Amino acid sequence: MLKTSLFFVAIALIALLLADLEISTLHPWTELSRMAWGAITPDVASLWNLKLALLNTVVFAFCGIFLGVVLGIGLACAFRFNPVRLFCAFIRAIHEIFWAFIFLPIVGLNPTCGVLAIAIPYAGIFAKVYAEIIQESDRRPLEGVPKASGGLSRFVYGILPVIYADTKHYTGYRFECALRSSAILGFIGLPTLGFHLETAFREGIYSEAWALLYAFYILIVSLGYWLKPRLVPLYVAVSFVLLSRTITVSWENIVRFFTYDLLPWPMRRDGVLDGTREISFAWKPIVSWVNEIFVHEAWEGIWNTVVLTQVVLVGTGIFALLSFPFACRHFSGKIANRISHYGLIVIRTTPEYILAYILVQLWGPSMLPAVWAILLHNGAILGFLCSNNADLVPLRIDAPGRRIDRYLFEILPRVYGQFLAFLFYRWEVMMRESAILGILGIYTLGFYIDSAISDDQIDKAILLILITVLLNMGIDSVSQFVRHRLKISTKLVTSL
Amino acid sequence: MKPSPSTELFNLTAESVAYENNIVLKNISLQIDRGEKVALVGPSGAGKTTLLRRLYNSVADQSAFVDQHYALVLQLSAFHNVYTGRLDQYSTVHNLLNLIKPQKKVLQEITPILQALGMEEKIFDKVGAMSGGQQQRVAVARAIYRGEDILLADEPIASVDPLQAGTVMEIIIQNTETVVVSLHAVEFALKFAQRIVGLSDGEIQFDLPTGDVTPTMLTELYRNGNSL
Repeated sequence: MLKTSLFFVAIALIALLLADLEISTLHPWTELSRMAWGAITPDVASLWNLKLALLNTVVFAFCGIFLGVVLGIGLACAFRFNPVRLFCAFIRAIHEIFWAFIFLPIVGLNPTCGVLAIAIPYAGIFAKVYAEIIQESDRRPLEGVPKASGGLSRFVYGILPVIYADTKHYTGYRFECALRSSAILGFIGLPTLGFHLETAFREGIYSEAWALLYAFYILIVSLGYWLKPRLVPLYVAVSFVLLSRTITVSWENIVRFFTYDLLPWPMRRDGVLDGTREISFAWKPIVSWVNEIFVHEAWEGIWNTVVLTQVVLVGTGIFALLSFPFACRHFSGKIANRISHYGLIVIRTTPEYILAYILVQLWGPSMLPAVWAILLHNGAILGFLCSNNADLVPLRIDAPGRRIDRYLFEILPRVYGQFLAFLFYRWEVMMRESAILGILGIYTLGFYIDSAISDDQIDKAILLILITVLLNMGIDSVSQFVRHRLKISTKLVTSL
Repeated sequence: MKPSPSTELFNLTAESVAYENNIVLKNISLQIDRGEKVALVGPSGAGKTTLLRRLYNSVADQSAFVDQHYALVLQLSAFHNVYTGRLDQYSTVHNLLNLIKPQKKVLQEITPILQALGMEEKIFDKVGAMSGGQQQRVAVARAIYRGEDILLADEPIASVDPLQAGTVMEIIIQNTETVVVSLHAVEFALKFAQRIVGLSDGEIQFDLPTGDVTPTMLTELYRNGNSL
């Protein structure tokens, strides 16, 4: 494990040398002080005007999660078939924002687009996690259920009660993620919190921006008080009613998207030029079209995405290892513990996209803001988990008194395997985030996808998204290989 | 119920079984007829569980099994766990309804069984919150509720206190035509079974009517196991 860790640290150091970490803004610190002033003078009154955006954020999340759960259960039932497994890996490898880009030309910039952008990747995630929960659950109770009882009866009596708590917990956690996704989707123009957050930050109205952020934190922290299982059906129903007023689906658009917009430009060019919209087909121009994109955009995008991912992978690990003792009962007093605990929650609650957006405003577009944004968000998630796991470690009565000894000899060895497994588990997530932050002007794959969308080149955007997917699935299998070789697992951890 | 003579139920001849945990049955020959009440005794690791599972596999669709580890759904109530014994006899719709709201008819069927086992007050308690002895009685109740003619039970009174153990055995023996039960407590085997099969180290050491089993044979049986 140590060897592998050091190997990845070495890669990250090389990547760090190659990364562009420049601060390009002229007065980063004045802007920061204005931002800090906004943080202590939030414009709460402005929230009243933005209530609809807050409501939309929640509505999108409910509808998206609901559809994701329904589709996910269906897919989980068939998860033992390899094509289904692959399909799930495929749809979850595409970030919500990229999904929104894909749905944009089909359904337009409206709530349906936002809901689908959440539902589809989440369905892939739910399918995988539900299937894993069932697989790892205690199967003995099922033995007591007569074999001839019929699939559904066997499931509700022999499996569902056993997995219910884990599934509920995980789905609840995912709802929190969906709120983040929903908020972020505002950054590309959907009517959620992110839309106003972006406007406020861009125009420097920091008091309003902070009010929105605080509202978002309160929304997430208060989840435990209003997200009761028995109320969920009501919430979902109301959300769909609210959403239904704006559903617009045009078959014409869908058909055109799949049969025309999607096709590589060389196939459409002649038809566009002579106005007939005819489709022509020839290998050579298509190959050179693909080649062109690779040479000018894709390779650079891939390179930067990988460099950024490797830096944040190790950065996240370091942040987590340094931060978790502060939130762990074996190292600090009760009050310091609570403060660190909530500190980590606040950092992990802030979507990495928003963190990156703020940092880009401060430092200008380079890898520096992206590194810190992904590192802080994931590091806080991981640190929180590690501290929870470390809290479970019973310390022997004659354990070393000095904290550093305790850390190195008692706690770290016990939590390191799980920590590493979880870090590698997040590897794929970090890569997805690295790609997406390109939208903010960092030259990762997202930058080129965003440009293609702005230029109305859907064919090119789709090709680049496919490349991102392949990269993601590649990283996922490397991660699985590493975890398998090190014989480490994230088991015991139910929230990811 | 009087068994008609020579209705053979189990017939193993010179059978060897290798099972997970390396417990192996060596060269077992065993005939059991309908209507017999047989106890399997022997030290831990003798192969009692393996033999019971082997027997169960040949009559799975017409028998009930009491698992040594209860195999209960800890998250469900005693009532629902007992009900799973007959899941295959009701429609899926009925099963779902009964999960949401216990049906009167089912309740009337299950209450007397749990009552007889001294568990009527716990009927709607979650099994996960119960003691081992209580869980074991729920497992027995489920097997009884299944209502098959054959019952195979693996240590069904291991966790039940000695006072109730007699009641549990009584219920098992009286409600089912054919019973094969493995027992750690030899005195219960002597009291309730008509026939005792002594097993150690995967082999049958003796197979006799209860009256013919002597204390020396039992001592010998357990000594064999311990020396290995």
